[in-house]
Amino acid sequence: MRAVITVIGKDMVGILAKVSTECARHNINVIEVTQSVLQDLFAMIMMVDISDSDVPFTAFAETITAIGAEMGLSIHAMHEDIFNAMHTI
Amino acid sequence: MLNARDILETITMIQQEHLDVRTITMGISLLDCCHSDPGRMCDRVYDKITRCAKDLVATGEQIEKEFGIPIIHKRISVTPAAMILAACEDRDAVRLANTLERAARACGVNFLGGFSALVQKGFGPGDKELIAAIPEALSETEHVCASVNIGSTKAGINMDAVALMGRVVRESAERTADRGCIGPAKLVVFCNAPEDNPFMAGAFHGAGEPDCVINVGVSGPGVVRAALAKLPEGDLTAVADLVKKTAFKITRMGQLVASEASRRLGVPFGIVDLSLAPTPAVGDSVAHILEEMGLERCGCHGTTAALALLNDAVKKGGVMASSHVGGLSGAFIPVTEDAGMIDAARAGTLSVTKLEAMTAVCSVGLDMINIPGDTPAEVISAIIADEAAIGMVNSKTTAVRVIPAIGKQVGDELNFGGLLGGGPVMPLRTESPAKFIARGGRIPAPMQSLKN
Repeated sequence: MRAVITVIGKDMVGILAKVSTECARHNINVIEVTQSVLQDLFAMIMMVDISDSDVPFTAFAETITAIGAEMGLSIHAMHEDIFNAMHTI
Repeated sequence: MLNARDILETITMIQQEHLDVRTITMGISLLDCCHSDPGRMCDRVYDKITRCAKDLVATGEQIEKEFGIPIIHKRISVTPAAMILAACEDRDAVRLANTLERAARACGVNFLGGFSALVQKGFGPGDKELIAAIPEALSETEHVCASVNIGSTKAGINMDAVALMGRVVRESAERTADRGCIGPAKLVVFCNAPEDNPFMAGAFHGAGEPDCVINVGVSGPGVVRAALAKLPEGDLTAVADLVKKTAFKITRMGQLVASEASRRLGVPFGIVDLSLAPTPAVGDSVAHILEEMGLERCGCHGTTAALALLNDAVKKGGVMASSHVGGLSGAFIPVTEDAGMIDAARAGTLSVTKLEAMTAVCSVGLDMINIPGDTPAEVISAIIADEAAIGMVNSKTTAVRVIPAIGKQVGDELNFGGLLGGGPVMPLRTESPAKFIARGGRIPAPMQSLKN
């Protein structure tokens, strides 16, 4: 099962490190990362494989959102199906 | 392959534009709960609802977290209660309503619909007892919603029921006057009521439905408005195309949630209801979509045309995105639940007569309108008759959910809080239709009914 992690907020040092560390801690493999700057906002999108994760996905999603809140970033982990459903026929 | 722009679009829709799945509604048949002894019947009703829906709320919340899409309501609709009440020797409808309330609380849902009767052609056993009990039932319960179908294209309009419902709406308000007249906010009077509608207060589980089914209602006025805001120029063909594309995306998400809920609960998927359902939250208004199209304020001349375009485009976009479409499917125009409608009503631009015209081209009827507290029952009946006539002749659903604001006059405000919102008391025509309503009988089915 794959999920999409999105990070939106003000650019700062260590965002990628922090999010990928949390993924590694739970045996979540990062498949792909794209970064872009929209206006002056930083946006990072990570495609991850959560098949071998050691925590339930909902718990991971809550943790990663909380980490984002600490850093003043909006971080969401969502099942990839929601994006596939909406953007592919 | 997903691209970054698409992913960010989805995130923006959810985070900033109030995209959500409005409701997962489980329809449950109570036909196998009939019993001549009302106590036994109530036990069976409670057991069946709590058995079928025990995992509904937890499953909804699980999907919500996994997919990151808010699912605002988890609800239950049941077989029209009058049908099962008919089998009882002692037809104590209030006791049944209290049983439904207990079951709703046990399952953790925020509304349960189906305290209903279908009387478009006449009253069957149990119908009159149920209708008479509606004011007391709505006053004693918090989660139970009532509806009565008084007309259809096939049957015409039961004007005896229309006369009765005017009094029932009034009495429901009087009985709950100390609680902001909340009673009639949970009561819908229908013409051509759909049997698979997931939206409250009018949801019930029709007799032709399976034993248990999952229906999903999508929403997203904020998303449509935000999309249109990026199209300040462009003709109305371009507007319609943009609405279609947006509705497609919204509905795909609803379809995903519906099929997931159905799979996880082991209950067949029924329909996705393609509706734009507003909430009082800023940025989640159907009126604001119409204004984004170029109207100075909702309710001005041009509103009906804009709404017709919107309603049609939502359906065209949504229908390909879902395997089964049903329910009401269209734009909702509840006044007190829509920030833009409330403003337009306060300004006097939006009138009840304009709303009546709008109901001819959208999916519902006169919805969540506060009317003066001294409105006579026959005027409410006449409002119901007018709406039913629009529905009957146009082969569409229409409904009336008006709230007589007891003790209040035009210009006063009546607030319910939460998603039901609040708004000004709107003026009505004061000339009397009493003699017309008192005639009773049936308005015959129109020529449109003879399709065979």
